[in-house]
Amino acid sequence: MSMIGQVFVKGGKYKLKGNFHHLTPNMPIRNADDGWKLMGVTNPRDMTYIHMYGGEAPFFEALGEGKLLGTRCDNPDCEYKGTVYQPFRIHCADCLGKNTVIDMTETAKKKAIIHTFMVCERSGAFNLLDKPIKFINIEFEGVDTILMSYLSVGEPEIGKKVVPIFRTKNPTYTILDLSWVLEGTPKEELPEGFSF
Amino acid sequence: MIKFSKQQLKIPKLMRPVYLVTAGQSKFGRAIPEKRTEELCIDALTQASELIGMSPAELKSYIHSCYYGHFADHFGDQLLGEAVIHDRLGLDPLGNIGVKTGGATGGSTLWEAVKAVASGYSDCVLAMGWERMDEVPTDEGNFLISCAADKDWESPLGHIYTGYYAVMAQRYWQIFGKAEDSFRRTLAEIAVKHHGYARMNPYAQSPMKITVDDVINSPVVAYPLRALDCCLMSVGAACAIICDEKTAEEMTKDSPHKPLRIWVAAGSHTLRPADRRDMEIPLLPNENADQYKDLGKRFPGGDRYPGFTGFLGARMAAWYGYRMAGVKDPLEDLDLVELHDAFTISDVQTYEDIGIRPYGEGRDYVESGDCYHTNPKTGKPGKLPSNISGGLIGCMHAVGATGIMQTFEVATHIWNRWAEIHGDDKRWKEFGRKKPKDWTDLQVKGAKRGMAISHAGVGSHVTSTILMDPDHLL
Repeated sequence: MSMIGQVFVKGGKYKLKGNFHHLTPNMPIRNADDGWKLMGVTNPRDMTYIHMYGGEAPFFEALGEGKLLGTRCDNPDCEYKGTVYQPFRIHCADCLGKNTVIDMTETAKKKAIIHTFMVCERSGAFNLLDKPIKFINIEFEGVDTILMSYLSVGEPEIGKKVVPIFRTKNPTYTILDLSWVLEGTPKEELPEGFSF
Repeated sequence: MIKFSKQQLKIPKLMRPVYLVTAGQSKFGRAIPEKRTEELCIDALTQASELIGMSPAELKSYIHSCYYGHFADHFGDQLLGEAVIHDRLGLDPLGNIGVKTGGATGGSTLWEAVKAVASGYSDCVLAMGWERMDEVPTDEGNFLISCAADKDWESPLGHIYTGYYAVMAQRYWQIFGKAEDSFRRTLAEIAVKHHGYARMNPYAQSPMKITVDDVINSPVVAYPLRALDCCLMSVGAACAIICDEKTAEEMTKDSPHKPLRIWVAAGSHTLRPADRRDMEIPLLPNENADQYKDLGKRFPGGDRYPGFTGFLGARMAAWYGYRMAGVKDPLEDLDLVELHDAFTISDVQTYEDIGIRPYGEGRDYVESGDCYHTNPKTGKPGKLPSNISGGLIGCMHAVGATGIMQTFEVATHIWNRWAEIHGDDKRWKEFGRKKPKDWTDLQVKGAKRGMAISHAGVGSHVTSTILMDPDHLL
């Protein structure tokens, strides 16, 4: 069995191990209404991208450690100094200065409400979440932006208080490591691998 | 950005008048397995030449540079597709460039084409847009479309774009629709109208005679949006020929229609709605600040602008476009519009962004009957008919072609050629489609001015294309 493609960085270079693509032959596409004449071919392809988080890497690492990081513009010369960003934003949208990384886990636990939501019955290919997916957008006190995520326990409603949960066991290092539950949800109801 | 500088609010200016001379389009369908993309582009260019009484070769002889709109390379697995089309159209070695701005690609392609003529670089240019979305299964297509959301923060959440609109629909419904069932029915009425108009359009992919209840009972994609609230996934091409005045006059000397003045303006906003910060509403010429002072009181929660309920990109496209073209009030100055109805909710949001109704009151445009060709309440012509083509819900959303299809549709009304182009029995037959027995002429009588809104993502790029009969400028 082939090894799933893996990457690490050493000396500023990507080091690759395993298989990054799998070969599958083309197949003809024929016209069943016209004597099975040739119309085209399938082009199967299975590739693995190498994607870098750059300055956002601390955010995705922190999720697996049970922390929600945001950023804040502390540039004294910026007209909008003090703007707090969640989603985590590396540079201030106004002055383009480098933002300060802040830990906003406690704010999220105490002062997060549902701004809007939707319940998704269908998904695109490669979706990893169970359906229906309850998407929520979360409004935090003192934060200028509104985070998109998903609710794992409870029924969404605009204005309801929610608390974050983190996939601390076997994290995926993606945004899927962060989820939310309604305030008051007991820890026994959290999905496998997640904790407060 | 939440505040504008004086320089940023400069009214865009074209260095000389620019004209739409002719346009054309292919058949649109969910799948067109019998034709390659370049065949569809040739169909569109051939129609454009025929409409002004020229052969394709004669028309091509005027073209000096080319602007190609094609959004999703990954659907067709072909980079530099523009070079393939350019070669197959026989336009080498003229200069050409590809334009990609998601759902707004068609509008952005026209934006570039108009600027090329206005600057004097070219006297006649081709703007051609296409998309081929039938070369992957539908769920993979939804995945590929979701790549137009932020890939780290949004796309992994379901990999379905409808979801990113559904959160806006939910918020809008609860704040401005006051969670009323009647608002949900108004949204459904938009889908009924657009699928219904598509029945009169031989190019359209999804003609349907349906009811409001059919829409409300269609399968949920992302609650509150259902299957019939959503736009189509399409294959097809559309093109436009853009010229300066002298060339436009020469090219239309034997044509049944005259060239139309054209202006295109553009706006933008963050790819992630999550990043949208509060700001003051930029006012259109038909608005004043006082009318929004009590917005939060009338609609609790509605004072956060643009939040999840407005499209700042569309507002700015109209802000610049109206001032460029002299539009003071779209409801009074325009005769028809084609809007980017990616979903029924975004149609309503756009009515407000472009000033057809004030923020919070978009539903009234539908409920009043103003948006219909013939107002169902009065039996008289609608005040400002919208999406007579069937729009993205009923006609097509072949992404790179969409904004050009919309512009062509508006032009056919101003040229008074809608019935000729849409009613021709030969065309219905050629496309393998059955002309309905109750086919109706939807020509907007006396149309002199119109606008098309082309829109990407959840409002990341938006263009406004304004067309006017040159003898009826504002």
